[in-house]
Amino acid sequence: MKALVWHGKEDVRYDTVTDPEIEDAGDAIIKVTSCAICGSDLHLYHNFIPAMLPGDVLGHETMGEVVEVGKGVKNLKKGDRVVIPFTIVCGECEQCKAGNFSVCQRTNRKADFQAKFFGHQTCGIFGYSHLTGGYAGGQAEFLRVPFAETTHIKVPEGIPDESLLFLSDIYPTGWQAAIQADIQPGDTVAIWGCGPVGQMTIRCAVLLGAEQIIAIDCLPERLSMAEAAGATTINFLEESVVDRLNELTHGEGPHKCIDAVGMECHVSFKQPDTIMDRAKQMMMAESDRPHVLREMIYVCRPAGVISVIGVYGGLDDKIPWGVAMNKGLTFRMGQCHVPRWTDDLLHRIEDGQIDPSFVITHKVPLSEGPEMYRTFRDKQDSCIKVMLEPA
Amino acid sequence: MSFLLSKASQIAREPGDPQVLETGPSSLKGIDKVGRALGWASFGLGALELFAPKTVTKWLGMEGREGLVRAYGVREFGAGVMCLSTNNDYGAFNRAAGDVLDLATLATAYRDDNPKKRNVGLAIAAVAAIGVIDAATGWAIRSLHKRKGEPRDFSDRSGFPKGIAYSRGKAAGQVPPDYRAAPAAVQASPVGSEASPAARAMEREPA
Repeated sequence: MKALVWHGKEDVRYDTVTDPEIEDAGDAIIKVTSCAICGSDLHLYHNFIPAMLPGDVLGHETMGEVVEVGKGVKNLKKGDRVVIPFTIVCGECEQCKAGNFSVCQRTNRKADFQAKFFGHQTCGIFGYSHLTGGYAGGQAEFLRVPFAETTHIKVPEGIPDESLLFLSDIYPTGWQAAIQADIQPGDTVAIWGCGPVGQMTIRCAVLLGAEQIIAIDCLPERLSMAEAAGATTINFLEESVVDRLNELTHGEGPHKCIDAVGMECHVSFKQPDTIMDRAKQMMMAESDRPHVLREMIYVCRPAGVISVIGVYGGLDDKIPWGVAMNKGLTFRMGQCHVPRWTDDLLHRIEDGQIDPSFVITHKVPLSEGPEMYRTFRDKQDSCIKVMLEPA
Repeated sequence: MSFLLSKASQIAREPGDPQVLETGPSSLKGIDKVGRALGWASFGLGALELFAPKTVTKWLGMEGREGLVRAYGVREFGAGVMCLSTNNDYGAFNRAAGDVLDLATLATAYRDDNPKKRNVGLAIAAVAAIGVIDAATGWAIRSLHKRKGEPRDFSDRSGFPKGIAYSRGKAAGQVPPDYRAAPAAVQASPVGSEASPAARAMEREPA
């Protein structure tokens, strides 16, 4: 089959690889009809996530049709239309039963390896390094889905792939970002980053009834998309984020701050700490560029809530922990517990409350994947979200 | 090379995981590869300057300036790191700036009383040529990766098929109890009759 394969830093190729096969009774094989490039795939593209190996198949936003099921899979059959969550979950362990699916205790087949870095294992993830199990990803013509009975979302016919695909990741991830922030009607919510997850978070904040949504980015096309959902926007290259947020909140600061940026924030002389972080990153002296964390802690209203949904990789410097402590901030963070939210979110698509397809700016064949990784990374052609279709 | 690495990495994979049979088009462009090659060249030169500065000074007739050569070696390592990073245009420009510094230093040794004047001349010619390559590579990388064209306007993409008014607040009050933050504590810890006057503020203004 054809697949997008990681060969090294900035080196993604459209390769021919062996077809996946049923390896375990709990597996299913999916013929991929649509997949997407996620912003977090760029962390792999830049080799910031450790334990990628040349030859790893990428992709964790995938949907398609079931073409084969293992003997142990009772709730799927050939022909079923499914979206595959990026998190591989068992549904049986203590964490899954508590709803904490992204820290499933059974699906990371390289759990001991990951525990050396993180202290414990988290769930397996498709196409996201050997830290999270080394599973092949779904930017391919076919995908083997382990723990298939619990790692799928059955979706109805009649709704196009474009509207359903993002149930796999960015739509529930944006939802959890908003839920983690405990958004209540009347709240002022500031969202850093207007990439695909930030855009979804803005829409979810609207659904949750936020009174004022402030979106922060530096790319005009992203800011225009944020404004389309009613957000007030701040271009951080043109004005001070802290000053503008204080102006918009009468000096009180936002009730809720959401980081939809993560480890690779924009580097600019306007934000000198990002230069230092970038230099440290190059020297492998720091994993991430946590400018957004610093800014959120500084500007958030005392006793406010900070939600971190952007992906961070490891060790961060100069986090103003004393400010956070003295302001009594609440922090919530984590990879998305996808299955916890998807029934509700699918209903909202069916009801017409939201259509996640708005975020797609590029829809191309899978064969153009390598070029689109570069286009997306370089923010060329106003690229915000790439949807890929295997031949 | 990468194809061989993908084969070698099979050792860390499960038997059923996909194996690369044939590699296809890459996202990595030729000029990026040139940028990286310059990075490895910087590491090579940097290692020579840092660990064998006398070899360099002897060949150039610049004995006694080993400290300066070592410092240039450190500079080369820095340029190498930048060339191998995702900001390799800065790496190439860093090298070009270093080349100017090298030329200025070499110029001080291009004297009639230097028995190695010919070597210095060769070094000046080589550094000048490399400097042109470094600068041209930096510009080419920057040109390849820079944003092109006018940004598109997506202000018609609300994502709300029935309009924002229909969707606003549709999920209001639906944050699950385990995701409630500080305001939930107000309801969870009601103030008793013996509470302080300040604590009674919570009763007057519930969250």
